[in-house]
Amino acid sequence: MSVDLATVKRVARLARIAVTEEDANRMVGELNGILGFVEQLGEVDVAGVEPMTSVTPMDMRKRTDNVTDGDKAADIVANAPSTDYNFFLVPKVVE
Amino acid sequence: MTELTSLTIAEAREKLKAKEFTSVELTESYLKAIDAANQVFNAYVAVTPEKALEMAKASDARRATGEVGALEGIPLGIKDLFATRDVHTQACSHILDGFKPKYESTVSQNLWDDGAVMLGKLNMDEFAMGSSNETSHYGAVINPWKAAGSNQQLVPGGSSGGSAAAVAAHLCAGATATDTGGSIRQPAAFTGTVGIKPTYGRCSRWGTVAFASSLDQAGPIARDVRDAAIMLKSMASVDAKDTTSVDLPVPDYEAALGQSLKGMKIGIPKEYRVDGMPEEIEALWQKGIAWLKDAGAEIVDITLPHTKYALPAYYIVAPAEASSNLARYDGVRYGLRVDGKDIVDMYEKTRAAGFGTEVKRRIMIGTYVLSAGYYDAYYLQAQKVRTLIKRDFELVFDAGVDAILTPATPSSAFGVADEDLASDPVKMYLNDIFTVTVNMAGLPGIAVPAGLDHKGLPLGLQLIGKPFEEETLFRTAHVIEQAAGRFTPAKWW
Repeated sequence: MSVDLATVKRVARLARIAVTEEDANRMVGELNGILGFVEQLGEVDVAGVEPMTSVTPMDMRKRTDNVTDGDKAADIVANAPSTDYNFFLVPKVVE
Repeated sequence: MTELTSLTIAEAREKLKAKEFTSVELTESYLKAIDAANQVFNAYVAVTPEKALEMAKASDARRATGEVGALEGIPLGIKDLFATRDVHTQACSHILDGFKPKYESTVSQNLWDDGAVMLGKLNMDEFAMGSSNETSHYGAVINPWKAAGSNQQLVPGGSSGGSAAAVAAHLCAGATATDTGGSIRQPAAFTGTVGIKPTYGRCSRWGTVAFASSLDQAGPIARDVRDAAIMLKSMASVDAKDTTSVDLPVPDYEAALGQSLKGMKIGIPKEYRVDGMPEEIEALWQKGIAWLKDAGAEIVDITLPHTKYALPAYYIVAPAEASSNLARYDGVRYGLRVDGKDIVDMYEKTRAAGFGTEVKRRIMIGTYVLSAGYYDAYYLQAQKVRTLIKRDFELVFDAGVDAILTPATPSSAFGVADEDLASDPVKMYLNDIFTVTVNMAGLPGIAVPAGLDHKGLPLGLQLIGKPFEEETLFRTAHVIEQAAGRFTPAKWW
């Protein structure tokens, strides 16, 4: 499988990365290089093989449903580019 | 008097105990060395002298009261991937500009709880994506090693290039690092240092900037096997904040050093003999085999038939997980924001400006292989192949093999800004051909220096172990170290 310019632009849109025409053109070649490299996986016989979900056989550890953290709104917004009254500020989303 | 910075962690530990010097004096020596040489190597992206001296003073005060931790007063460097409270933490990416977390990673907290001192944050490939440390927003790191008779600048490997260079140049006593596909072991091999990636789950991933969550593991880079054992003992822990951390006691790894290899079975996988591999790597491998045989181990030929598929499977799984993990960098909660005409425009412009070329490339690959219609062909197939890679190892271990010996890298360190590698991303990826299988199977792997090539550059061997049998790796690596000796670059800086 290989990607064309339109696919690269669509994927960039999905990934929320703005690309210029020049970036997109360069990426077509690079991505096809990588996809060409991974193509060889197709030759492996995986009939009856389960996909790996965890490298170590383990049951998810669970904890009791208690509040263990909180009351630190100022810490949470401390690194935000734009805040007001401990809220994150973003451009208008709803008209 | 020998320079304090030339001491290993074990040596400094004894001398601190004997009150030959204080942690403040040791820390000052390192800060002076960093001051003099960091501009040459670019190993640190942030030095924290005030914090270092404050921690050293506190350590000396604790020692005076008899309270002595396993790393009491030892100055360490921390890879920029680990969150350190109120200190530069950016995974060496532009998109995390100015980020100073209000929390501490579990691994670094474990080190501070054992008395260690932080010197600063170490350079790395952006988001740990790279094999040469050249994708860092803060520029390349220079390897303290140079080829004989050459002035060419060499890379220290990656992604933990700052960690490896700082340890090799004695700009810290030891360093934290992380390994997703070889990022501890390849730079260790390129700099004549020892690096271990422990079993997946041995160290908590909490507070470590995520790249590929099913592969990422923290581990140390140190000057010798003993120092690596001391550091891993402190770094490893079960952690309520990371459900994939494992609730198994952390052994005293140092106690494994010096134990006999009698009765041990070492596997030699034929699939690691790759086309175009320099003859001296093969010769080094044979030397390693001879050393282990001399030490009483039995050498057996083994086969790991799916080895060649590990790297292509990795370049589906790792970017897929990265594209998901890196979705959080959107210009809202931390780091860089580039304003746009609406919120989507802001996201897209922020991410375009904040991520470097390699990171964007991997996010794009990951987004593509997870997108509708391609998931089964790529991601699901790769996860099935991953099961087969792990099964290869299980069959070998079930047949009685205790550890596997391989080369660590297919070459010694290469030049900065190598045009051949820069023009083809896949060529750069091939650096991890011997290390990536270990991450795919979640196993522990250690890189230990074993010799110099014809250019006078260090080469390493890798040992792969059974899950949670890091002690076997330390014990075996120590035998190689005893036979090969230690390797320190001639000081030119």
